[in-house]
Formats: sequence, structure tokens, C-alpha cells
Amino acid sequence: MNLDHIRKELAGDHQELKIMEVCGTHTSSIFKNGIRSLLSPKIRLISGPGCPVCVTPASYIDKAIEWAMTPNCVLLTFGDMMKVPGSEKSLSEAKADGAKVEIMYSPQEALKKAAANPELTYVIACVGFETTIPSYALVIQQMERSGLTNIRFLTALRRVMPALDFICATDNEISAFIAPGHVSTILGSQAYAGLAEQYMKPFAVAGFEGEHILIAIYDLVKQVENHKHEVHNLYPSVVKPEGNAIALTYISDYFEAGPAFWRGIGVIEDSGLYLNQKYRQYDAGSTDLVGDAQKSTNCRCGEVILGKINPDECPMFGKACTPAKAQGPCMVSSEGTCGIWFRFTRK
Amino acid sequence: MKIVMAHGSGGNATRELIKDLFHKYLANDYLDKMEDSAILPVSKYPLAMTTDSFVVTPLEFPGGNIGKLAVCGTVNDLWMAGAEPQYLTAGFILEEGLEIDLLDRVVASLSKTAKEAGIKIVAGDTKVVQGNGGLYINTAGLGFRKSGKQIGTDAIRKGDALIVSGDLGNHHACIMSQRMEIANSIQSDCENLGPMVDALLQAGVEVRAMRDITRGGLGTVLNEIAEASNHAIEIEEKSIPVDPEVKSFCDILGLDPLYMANEGKFLCITAQEHSDQALEILKQNRLGTNARLIGSVAETGRPLVTVKTRLGGKRIIDVLYGEGLPRIC
Repeated sequence: MNLDHIRKELAGDHQELKIMEVCGTHTSSIFKNGIRSLLSPKIRLISGPGCPVCVTPASYIDKAIEWAMTPNCVLLTFGDMMKVPGSEKSLSEAKADGAKVEIMYSPQEALKKAAANPELTYVIACVGFETTIPSYALVIQQMERSGLTNIRFLTALRRVMPALDFICATDNEISAFIAPGHVSTILGSQAYAGLAEQYMKPFAVAGFEGEHILIAIYDLVKQVENHKHEVHNLYPSVVKPEGNAIALTYISDYFEAGPAFWRGIGVIEDSGLYLNQKYRQYDAGSTDLVGDAQKSTNCRCGEVILGKINPDECPMFGKACTPAKAQGPCMVSSEGTCGIWFRFTRK
Repeated sequence: MKIVMAHGSGGNATRELIKDLFHKYLANDYLDKMEDSAILPVSKYPLAMTTDSFVVTPLEFPGGNIGKLAVCGTVNDLWMAGAEPQYLTAGFILEEGLEIDLLDRVVASLSKTAKEAGIKIVAGDTKVVQGNGGLYINTAGLGFRKSGKQIGTDAIRKGDALIVSGDLGNHHACIMSQRMEIANSIQSDCENLGPMVDALLQAGVEVRAMRDITRGGLGTVLNEIAEASNHAIEIEEKSIPVDPEVKSFCDILGLDPLYMANEGKFLCITAQEHSDQALEILKQNRLGTNARLIGSVAETGRPLVTVKTRLGGKRIIDVLYGEGLPRIC
């Protein structure tokens, strides 16, 4: 099956169907490659909750700022968390007010900093899905080996499977899923088999090149049209059926599941990962963050990440809410649905 | 030896720093007069003036350092207006704790780059501030537009060709690799674009406008040109040159070479019928071997930049919003 044939087929007549790409990197690639312009208008692509920045609650940002304002404490964060709105301000605004916030490129940086400055406590803002979680476990392992005690972890770590289960259970309109590529390298393609069977939805694991995504869409369209609901691994060079055993062991050795609040959605049982009892002394208050403190606005990010509306259906999109002054988290990150729509569809 | 606050006092330590370090590399007839202002000869050609500040970390990186960058950045800005660089000022803000050996290497590099670019350093300044061993440089440049050509976005016409002088994103990827301590062989492209631009002008190529592709990358430059000229721009994704190692680096981190900074690449807009000649001239230069025709100026009155993707789709290229930072997942 060559690409020209696939392009022609996807542009042709089809039944109405909605395909959700769960992962923000897929959303970004779909827009970068102009894939929507290649599809029949009846094939709708819906962006899912797969950007960890977007689902992080305002209360988490507030707690992170609290640490950054604490004497002798420094908060370390990935850059794309800086502009996520808290209930009062973002980390970027707090930094301008004197909060000690440093951007990290890798959690491993905390080890060097903590060793060089024993009088300071470094609090790592740990945000992410299964893909990044093992890297935090490695920091704890190395901390213990080197005898460092001045690193803490403020976690907003999320598991993808409970969120997918939540979406499948509450939304019957989604016809099929492009499974997240990075997360699948850890969980394995077979992780989706249970959901595919239970909810009778097809899944395709895809890479991030435009061709990969186009092939995955074609696969899912064909599955829907043929009333199939299988899991197809279209990224076998990277994703194994069983996933990455070493990474999974790291996750289970250091973390345990618990309820977690997803910004715009609410609490999803077992969807959070918290340091387990053995390492709980390193936690920076993550388990207390079960609710949110977001002020009431017209922001409809929750509906955006559940695929119920497109970003431009939100009254604030591109007006009160832009990447320069994001009101909701989906506008902040380069992987956030609203931010991607703003960059690629405006004008 | 490190820089201490006394080096900025204006007293003996300042004099010694200037004599032993700055004078060693920067001495010339203008600077040696040590007057409050340099008196410069007037030219019959139109004067171009620009200034830029350089705050890069790390101060030294594969392919250059902040000194080389401070000259190239300003010299390139002059060339982009079709002006031959003539005079440069250099203001140094040194943070307490800066290694003097490092400062020596930076000033040596600045001096060497200026000589190679044919620009004279006619005035300078040094200040010391509290800090953590950092170094910032401000340069201002003067040049003369000797070609007599009006080069700028006003001259852009529908149908003009867009050419980039080489691979995109190397400087940004290099700096980010250094900050993240990722081992690779990516070098900054920090270079003087003068020889390439001069060759185009000398050959009589109908150059409409030029922009060096620095912060914000090609995506932002294209939008600035579309807005300023009030023309739509259409480019082809498959024509955009990116080094494979930079592409892999970007893929891993979720960065887009279209929005990454360069310090030795420029966009040249020429009359369509001169594009082959321009490409040929650029390719003859060691910095332009990968020069490519990437698209053309389209509709008038609609400042929109679009790209035809490799897959045959079409999308808008907007300006960069915020900072290009690696993603979490």
C-alpha cells in the first residue's frame, strides 16, 4: 500500500468518524504536516488529554510557588511549566516577584546542584506521563547512592490508561484512538488490548512522522469501516508488545498509584503516581493535592482535552487567551491543543 | 585570575586590565587616542547603523564564543542592509568572578573576527558588576551602502524567489546541547556573512531584501517580511535545509528547526530571474554550499506565510510564541 493510495483513500468519501490522538506530540505533528488538509471533512481528528502540562491543576502550581518562596529552597522545573496559570499567578510571574525558580532540562541536574549547595533544598516539579517517570526514579536511586538528602519531589505524575478508560467510559462518540507513541514505548502496545475489547474501539500505535500518522489514520478508518476493534502496532521499531520492562520496574519500585486531579476533568481514580511509602520522605506535599484551586473563568480546556469541542469553540480562544497570556493550560505548552491550534490555524 | 569589583573602579586595576588585555588585542589609531569619542571620516555613501547585545551562555561553544558572536551579529546586520561594515564599538559588562583567561580568549576572538570582517573597533567600554562570572557584550556598528541599491522589504515584488544560505538551527542546537550537556558534534554556524553578500552585490544580482536568520528562526523572519512587504509567502518544506544531526536533536526534544536561531545564515530575496545566479554564487562560498531555493513571494495584500508539507498538505507558519523549550514528554 503506497502513500499516494492512502492519501487518495483518506480524501475520499467516508462515514462520519472521530479519531482521537491522545498524545500532544501527535497533535503537533498532525498540524505541522498539514494532515487535516489531506483528510475528508468527515474524518475528524480530536486532540486528547496527552499533554502533561495541560492537565496539571492550578493547586499544583500554587504549591510549587510556595516552595519557591520558601527560604533556602529552589524549585526546578521544565520550561513549559513556567507559564501555566496557578490560582493567582504562574511560576514565571512568581519568579519575577522573587521566587527561586530554575529551569531544568533534565531532572538529573538536581543531583549536581544539590551536591554543590548542601545548604539548599531542591524541589523538582515532576510532571509527566509514564515516559518521564523512570527518570525521576533514577534521581532517587542516585540520591540514595550518593547520600544526598536535599532533594524533594513535587509530583503531578499521571497514568495514561485510567484517563483513556475514563474517556471510553464517558464518551461514545470517539470511534478510534491513535495511541500515544512515547508512552507506548514504556507500556507496550498490548496495554490497550483490554480497552479495545471492552469498549470495542480500535487502537493504532503510531510514530511521529507525518507518514506514520497518516498510515495510522488509514488503519483506524479501515478498522471502523470493517467493524473491527483491534490494537495495531504501527511503530514496531520502537514499541514492543510488552513495553520496556526495565522502565516499568523502575516505576513500580518507586511509585504507587492513587487518585489524581486532572485539570478541567476532575479526579480520576488510580490515575496518579506518587512516591511509595519507602520513599515518601522525599515527597514535597504531592499527595495533599487532590482538588483544584482554579478560579472560575470561561476557559473550556476541560472540554478541549476530552475532545468535546475544538479549541476555537472556546470563547476565550485567541482573544483573552493566547500563548502570550494563557488563561488555560492547553494554551501554554508547545504540545497543548489550544496552543497548537493557535499557532497553526489562526488567521 | 578572576575579575573583581576593583577592575571596574576606574582606578589602577581598570587601567591595568585595559592595558594588559583589551589594548593587546584591540589597539588601533582610533582607540589608542583614548578620547571620549572617536572622530570618524564622513563618506559620500548612505550610512547604516545598528546595535546588538550578546548574552549567550555558555560563553564558549563549539564553533565560536561570545566575542566572535558579538562581531558577526553586528557585521551581519549591516550586510543585510547592503552596507559594508566600517566601524564597531564594543561595550563589555563583566561579572565579578569571571576568569581573566576566558576574557582574554573572548577579546582575542573578537579582535580576530573584526579584522577578518574589515571593521575597525573605534570605541569601547568596560564595566564590572556583581554576579557569578558572566560576561555580556554590546556592539554597535556603522557601515556604508556603497552599492547604491535600495535593499529592503519595500523592494519585494510578487514572484520574487526566496533563498536560504544553508542548514538551519545549528547555533541554537549547539548552544542547547552545551547547556543540556548532550554530547554530539553539532557546531554553531556563527560566521561573518559578508563575503557571500558582497559576492552577490558585486555580481549585480537583483537582491530585493535580506535578513539574517537569528532569534525566532526562519519562521519568524518570513512572517516579518510578509508583514512588512504585505505579501503572502509560500515555501516548500522539502526544500528547507537541515543538517541530519540537528534534525535528530530537534526530533528528540520536540523543537522545530524553523524557529531555531542561527548566527551565520541569511534569507535572500531576489528577482525570480536572478535566483539561479544567486544560488550559484552562494554555493561557491564555503558557508553557502547548502544554499537552497525554498519558495517564492505570492499574493500581494495578504501577509500570510504557508508551507507545502512533505506529505502534500498545507499549513500556516506563524511567528514563534514564547521561547522554544524542550517538551516534557
